[in-house]
Amino acid sequence: MTEHATFDAPRLAVPDRELSRARMKVGRAAWAARYYKDFSREAVMAIAEAVAKAGHDKAAQFADEAVSETGFGVVEHKTIKNKLCTHELLDYYRDLDLVTPRVNEAAKIIELPKPAGVVFALAPATNPVATVYYKAMLAILSRNAIVLSPHPAARKVSAAAAQHLAQAAEAAGAPAGLIQCVEDPSIPLVQDIMSSDRINVILATGGTAMVRAAYSSGNPAMGVGPGNAVAYIDPSAKVDAAARCLVESKAFDNSVLCTNESVALTLESNRGNMERALRSAGAHVCNEADTDRLREYLFTDKGFNLEAIGKSATWIAERAGLRVNPSTKVLVPVVATPGQDDLLFREKLCPVLTLTAATDFQQALTFAKHTAKRGAGHSAAFHGEDNDRLVAFSQGVPVYRVVVNAPCSQGAAGFATHLPPSFTIGTGFAGRSSIGENLGPQHLVQWTRIAYARDLPANLAGVDLSAVSSGRAAPKPAAPPPEPAQSSGDVSRDELRRLILEELRSLKGGEA
Amino acid sequence: MFNYGYFSFDSKEDLLEKAAEYWNPGKVSFWTEAGTPMVIDRREGYFLYDMSGKRLIDLHLNGGTYNFGHRHPELVEVLKSGLDYFDMGNHWFPSVARAAFAEKLVNTAPHMKYAIFGSGGAEAVEIALKTARYATKRRKIVSIIKGYHGHSGLSVATGDERFSKIFLSDKPDEFLQVPFNDIDALEQVLKNRDVAGFIVETIPATYGFPMPDDGYLKACQDLCRKYGTKFIADEVQTGLMRTGVMWGWQGYGVTPDMFVCGKGLGGGIYPISACLTTEECGQWLVEDGAAHISTSGGAELGCLVGHHVMEMLQRPEVVSNVHFVAEFFSQAMAEMMERHSDIFVGVRQRGVVLGLEFDHPEGAVAVSRALYENGVWAIFSSLDKRVLQFKPGVVLDVDTCQEIMDRFDAAMPRARQLLKTMRRAA
Repeated sequence: MTEHATFDAPRLAVPDRELSRARMKVGRAAWAARYYKDFSREAVMAIAEAVAKAGHDKAAQFADEAVSETGFGVVEHKTIKNKLCTHELLDYYRDLDLVTPRVNEAAKIIELPKPAGVVFALAPATNPVATVYYKAMLAILSRNAIVLSPHPAARKVSAAAAQHLAQAAEAAGAPAGLIQCVEDPSIPLVQDIMSSDRINVILATGGTAMVRAAYSSGNPAMGVGPGNAVAYIDPSAKVDAAARCLVESKAFDNSVLCTNESVALTLESNRGNMERALRSAGAHVCNEADTDRLREYLFTDKGFNLEAIGKSATWIAERAGLRVNPSTKVLVPVVATPGQDDLLFREKLCPVLTLTAATDFQQALTFAKHTAKRGAGHSAAFHGEDNDRLVAFSQGVPVYRVVVNAPCSQGAAGFATHLPPSFTIGTGFAGRSSIGENLGPQHLVQWTRIAYARDLPANLAGVDLSAVSSGRAAPKPAAPPPEPAQSSGDVSRDELRRLILEELRSLKGGEA
Repeated sequence: MFNYGYFSFDSKEDLLEKAAEYWNPGKVSFWTEAGTPMVIDRREGYFLYDMSGKRLIDLHLNGGTYNFGHRHPELVEVLKSGLDYFDMGNHWFPSVARAAFAEKLVNTAPHMKYAIFGSGGAEAVEIALKTARYATKRRKIVSIIKGYHGHSGLSVATGDERFSKIFLSDKPDEFLQVPFNDIDALEQVLKNRDVAGFIVETIPATYGFPMPDDGYLKACQDLCRKYGTKFIADEVQTGLMRTGVMWGWQGYGVTPDMFVCGKGLGGGIYPISACLTTEECGQWLVEDGAAHISTSGGAELGCLVGHHVMEMLQRPEVVSNVHFVAEFFSQAMAEMMERHSDIFVGVRQRGVVLGLEFDHPEGAVAVSRALYENGVWAIFSSLDKRVLQFKPGVVLDVDTCQEIMDRFDAAMPRARQLLKTMRRAA
C-alpha cells in the first residue's frame, strides 16, 4: 500500500477551475458589454421589463430556496424584498434615462453616456436573491454587463436566480453573457477577479473585510459599510405608532437588512411608555436577568454569534434561555443608561433591539453620535414631531439616511419612504465608501461632456446625436463608399511612384 | 545579448546565421525575403514577441495549436502538476491518463468507439489510413487536390506533390486525388469499389479554407457508404471548437467512420494527436492491439493536458466566447472588405476559421507582410497564396479583437502598396 492508497484526495494538483471559469465569465461579460452599450433606450427598457417580470414570477420560489439554503430570514419577507427589486425598482428608475445623450443648450454642453462595462458584484448571504435581482437590474438599466459573486452560503440560489434572469434577458434580446454568476465562489477567486484589470467597477455588498478588499483592489469600487442604526423616539412621538414601526422593522426578514434598528433610544421620561408600547406591539421587553442572558448568548469571545443572524425572536429566546410568549416578534433587552461599552449597543442582524434612555435630548444626541460611529455613514431613524430636534439629530449623527416615523429596515432601503430602493446602502465618507446615497443605475454610467466655448455661438440643436443611441446593432456599416481601385485612396500618384521606387530599391538591396 | 541560461546569442542576426548554418537555411532565407523575419522569443496569451522586442498578435496559431493562446496559465499548471507524477509513460501498457483521455474524446462523438493516439497530426492520419485499409482490405486512398494531411509516408502521399515528389514519396498508383467540391469526380474513383478510404479536411486549411458546398460532405459520405469506402474527416484545423462546434463535421450533418485531430489537442504545450474510429473500423485493436505502436504517441503527459483541453473547450463560457469572436470578425471583415474592396475581395468563414481573399495570385503574402509590420501575425495559405489564413483563438477577448481590426485597417495601405509593386514586377 502506498501512502496515496490511504487517502481519497487527488494524487495530482488540479488548477482552480472555478477561478479560471470566473475569468472566462469576465471575458464573456466584456463581449456582452461591447454590444449592449450601444443598445437603444427602447431595447434596454424591453429587457428590463422582461427581467423584472421573470424575477417577479419566481420571487417566492427563490425566497423559499434562499431561506432553506442559508437559514437566514423569513420567506414571506424575502419574497417582498425580491419583488421590490423587480417592477417597483424599474418603476422607480423608469424616467431616469441613462441612454439618451443630454443636451444643455444654455450651458452649451452635450453629455454622452458611457457605461462602465463589466460590473463585478458581490452579494451577501443575508439578502442573496434580492441583491442578485437588484444589481442585475442596475446593470441592465445602465447598459452594463454584470458578473455576480454570491456568498458561498447562498451560492446555489444566487446562481439559479442569476441564470433565471439571464435567460429572460437573452430572450428579450440581450447579448449572451450579460448576466452571469460565479457558481462556486471562494475568497481567492473574489480577490483575483476584484484586482483584475478586465473588470471596470466593483459593487461590494458584504462583510467589512470584503468591502475593504474591494476598495483596496485597485479598481473603482462602490461598497457599503456595516450599519448600527439608532432609532431615537422623541417624547413628541406617537409612542404606539413608533413601537409598531420598530417591531415591524426588526421582525422584517428577522433583521437581516443592514438598515435595521440596533438601538431604540428615548428619554428617561418616556421609557415606561416605550416599554409598554413595545410590549403591546409584540415585543418581549427583558428584565435585567434576560438582558444579561441575551448579551451572553449574542456576543461571544469571537464577536457576534453568527448562528443568531436572521433567526426569529423565539428561536433566539430559546437558545439564550429566555421564556417568552410564542407570538413574540422582537426581543428588547434594556440597558438603563446609554453608556458606550455595552455589547448590546453593537450591530445585531437579528430581531433583538436594545432599549435605552437618556436624561435629556443633548445626552441622547451625544449617545446617538457615538453609537452610529459603529455603523458610520449608514442609517438612523427619528420618531416624533419636533422638527428642530430632527434637524439637530440628522446634523449631528454621522449617517446619510434618517428615516422619519417609519421602520428603518424598510425605510432606509427605499420601501416605506421615497428613497431609492436599494440593497447597497452607500456609507459615504463617514463609512469609508465612495458613495453616500443608495446605489442606483446612475452610478454605473459616466458621461463624456462636450463643452463649447463660453463666448462663441454654438448650434447644439443642429448636432446629430442619432448615432449614439439609435439602435442595438453594434458596429455600424462603414460609411465611406468603397474607393475606386485606380485611385488607391491614401496615396497620390507621385507619392505612389516614389514609394514603388523605394520598394524596388529595398528589394535590390535585399538581393545584394 | 540573449542569454537563455543554456545557450546564448549575441543578437537576432547571430541567431539567424546559426539557424541557417545548422538548422534550415531554406526556411531562414524564405522568411527573411518575405519581409517577416520572425524569431519568436517570449510568448504569452495571444501575443508573440520577436527577438527584436516587436510584439505580434498571433492569428496563425500554428493552425489552432495555440487555440487557447500561448502558455495558457491553466494548461501550464496542468502540465506542471502532471510532471510531479507522470512522464511519457510506457505505450505498451494501459494507463490511467490514456484511458481517461480516450473516454473523454469518445464521449464527444457518440458514434465512435476508440481513440488511438499519436504524437502529431501526420501520425494520426497514418493510423486512420492504415485502419481504413485494415477494415476494407483495399489499398487505394483518395484525397482532394490541394488537400493536406501531413508529411509522413502515407499522409504525404495524399497531399500536394510539392511535398511528396521532392522525396520521391508520391505514390500515384495507390493515392488518387479529386477536385474539392466535385461529387462526380469522387464517384468516378470510388465506383470501382477498390478504394479503402477517402480523407478530406472538413475545411481544407492549406488550400485557403474554401468552404465545402452545401451538401458536399454529406454527398461524399453517402458515396463512401455506397462503395464501401471509409470516410475520414481530417479535423486537425477544424476540430476543437474552431468552427463553433467541437468537431467541424458535426456542423455538416455527417458521421465519418474516422476522424483525426491534433494541434490544439495538446494545448500548444505537449504534442499529442488522436484518431477516433468506429467499432467496425477499429477491429484491429481487438485482433492485434500492438499492430500499430508509438513510443511517444499518447504520452501520458499529453493525455493529461489533452483531457483538460477538452474539459475547457466544453465550458459554456468558452463556447459563448467562440461565438462572440466569430460574430465579431464576421461583421468586422465585412466592413473591412467594403473599405478596401480594391484589394480585399472575399471572406471565407466558419466559426473562427477564416480565409481572406486578396486580388492577386500572391496577395496574401503581401498582406501577411503588411500585417506583420503592423503587429499582427497571420500566414498565407501555402497552396493558394491569394488567401490569408486568419485564425483567431477561442478565448480571445474583445479588446484584442478590436485591436486586431484597427491594426488590420492600418495595414491595408501598405498591403496595397506592396501589391502594386508585385503587379509591376510581374
